[in-house]
Amino acid sequence: MSAYSVTAPSRRQQWIAGVLVALYAVITLLPLLWIFTTGFKSPSDAIAYPPKLAFEPTLEGYVNLFTTQTRQTEAYLAENPPESWYEEMVHAKGMVIAGPSRFGERFLNSVIIGFGSTFLSVFLGTLAAYAFSRYRVPLKDDLLFFILSTRMMPPIAVAIPIFLMFRSLGLSDTHAGMILLYTAVNLSLSVWLLKGFMDEIPREYEEAALIDGYTRFQAFRKVVLPQAATGIAATAIFCLIFAWNEYAFAVLLTSGTAQTAPPFIPTIIGVGGQDWPAVAAGATLFLLPVMVFTILLRKHLLRGITFGAVRK
Amino acid sequence: MAEIVIRNLRKEFGEFTAVQSSSFKVEDGEFFMLLGPSGCGKTTTLRMIAGLELPTSGEIYIGGEEVGQRPASERDIAFVFQMFALYPHMNVRRNISYPLVSQGMPRAQVREKVAEVAKILGIEEILDRPVGGLSGGDRQRVALGRAIVREPKCFLMDEPLGALDAEFREHMSEELRKLHDRMGATTVYVTHDQLEAMQMGDKIVVMNHGVIEQFGTPQDIYDKPASLFVADFIGSPSMNFLRFHGSLEAGATEAVLSHQPLGIPALREPFDGDMVYGVRPEHVRLSDSAGYRGEIVAAEYLGTTQIVTLATPNGEVKARIASDQPARVGETVGLAFNGATATLFDNQTGRAIRSDLNEGVLSHG
Ligand SMILES: Nc1ncnc2c1ncn2[C@@H]1O[C@H](COP(=O)(O)OP(=O)(O)OP(=O)(O)O)[C@@H](O)[C@H]1O
Ligand SMILES: [Mg+2]
Repeated sequence: MSAYSVTAPSRRQQWIAGVLVALYAVITLLPLLWIFTTGFKSPSDAIAYPPKLAFEPTLEGYVNLFTTQTRQTEAYLAENPPESWYEEMVHAKGMVIAGPSRFGERFLNSVIIGFGSTFLSVFLGTLAAYAFSRYRVPLKDDLLFFILSTRMMPPIAVAIPIFLMFRSLGLSDTHAGMILLYTAVNLSLSVWLLKGFMDEIPREYEEAALIDGYTRFQAFRKVVLPQAATGIAATAIFCLIFAWNEYAFAVLLTSGTAQTAPPFIPTIIGVGGQDWPAVAAGATLFLLPVMVFTILLRKHLLRGITFGAVRK
Repeated sequence: MAEIVIRNLRKEFGEFTAVQSSSFKVEDGEFFMLLGPSGCGKTTTLRMIAGLELPTSGEIYIGGEEVGQRPASERDIAFVFQMFALYPHMNVRRNISYPLVSQGMPRAQVREKVAEVAKILGIEEILDRPVGGLSGGDRQRVALGRAIVREPKCFLMDEPLGALDAEFREHMSEELRKLHDRMGATTVYVTHDQLEAMQMGDKIVVMNHGVIEQFGTPQDIYDKPASLFVADFIGSPSMNFLRFHGSLEAGATEAVLSHQPLGIPALREPFDGDMVYGVRPEHVRLSDSAGYRGEIVAAEYLGTTQIVTLATPNGEVKARIASDQPARVGETVGLAFNGATATLFDNQTGRAIRSDLNEGVLSHG
């Protein structure tokens, strides 16, 4: 079955491998499960010690996450009876809903900035990688090294100059600014990863297409791109994960309009005491897009590079 | 279909010259072999004809049109790659129809064409299969299908059988030659296998280090090599080389080696200095009466014939003789050479000295 194994694994080996994988899964999934369940606990259950494994699930955390609330007098509460299940939930605490919280906006910002910068990084990266892989670019090695060298220090080391630059360019707290920044950081990874994938694709495919009467660009689009799909998908996932999770620059450069979810979620803690269920609810929702994206592209990640059509 | 004319073609990669001013002509409908050892510039030459590489200088005419600096897509040629280069994300049918789609041919017509080509190649059953799982031979046929479907001006093939195993190669080379005879398409075929070149080619160009050593029919190249390199490269075992020193007049019909006169075709030019007497193993006989003598050092049995290796004062000689003829190792015997087939070479430059035998061939250069 496997292209790599010389002999099929024995039953025992399979069993040991299975146990190891299961163990690893438990270790990595347990914290996620903890966050997921905490999102459905009441505030007192969330901080109960010893921790409660069995509890009565409630959506209070999610309601708190999406709304802002204020305390009201008994009289006011009596005059304005709750009109929905979530208003009732809030009323029970002697409060009323003042309006929606900023979580939705911040989440949308994350989506725009995360996917926007991922698209740009992969788009530019693919074109650059193709050129580096196929054309005789003057000073190619130096350029590639320069691109790689932007990775050699942690991006946050240049936070101050970037902060000043963004301020004078009017990019602070804008979507465009954050997309540009994350694209710049991701581009080196994207160029290098994709160049590796492009180098693996035999030139003969494009040459065959050129001879079949296609232009260079058509050959790139119809022959190279489908071949590079695996690499593009993998690169996109890496870029998205970075942009999605990035915290330090987001704290530094965004505060309002363009603030992403990572700097926002911790601020929930301070709103009404330490509201752990709301934080957990935010974290759970925050995890979803990357998860869905990865699952959607999983096919490409797992599919090995097609070989066979070209003999090596 | 079209003839191909190459004039003073040259290709440099930076400092390195891969092909040096080559000139040759491929007649309309010819099966033309580009033969030479690895790295001699065969692929580079072919890729220049295809337009995948632009020549540093020189001209390429396909069907009378100068195409040297035109891109591949405008040359109307088909190329069969050594690794086949079938599009892995398409099935067999789409691979074959791809060149037609680029021309904007209507769907129904494409289907018809593909069916026709599939029939010629005997691949009708695999048309809807992905190319990934195909056997080497089927892949080869699909690659040929993609080449012939468009009816291009000529076919260029870069070691198209190189990826197949030995047994299958033979079969495919016959199939390929038959296909060519049927379609009569001008074909330039690159190989480093001299047997393949001799068997399949109408004409052969022998290249070495980016230089064309000889250009002609397989018989001419075998019988009348223009240089030591060609004589050595073609034939198995290769030509015998007996080195000697001497001085010969134009018109001479004998060369003297170790005090024994050996026959040669009448020379057309005088020569003085170090020479090589070249004679094919099948033109060497063991004969007790012959004055030129050698000691048998090995005998290799090949069924109907045997290859006998002898040590002579001028170097090792191999003779291909009937296997029932006695040849005992250690014995000293007389050697008779068929002088009419011999070629003399200038030992220094390696070029053949002009004689009645090779006069007509050498002028091609
Ligand atoms: N793009 C290139 N850049 C630099 N050198 C090259 C390039 N392509 C080919 N060469 C060099 O040119 C020479 C001739 O190469 P070519 O591929 O034409 O040889 P070949 O006769 O086809 O050999 P083989 O039988 O191994 O395929 C080789 O020495 C090769 O290293
Ligand atoms: Mg080659």
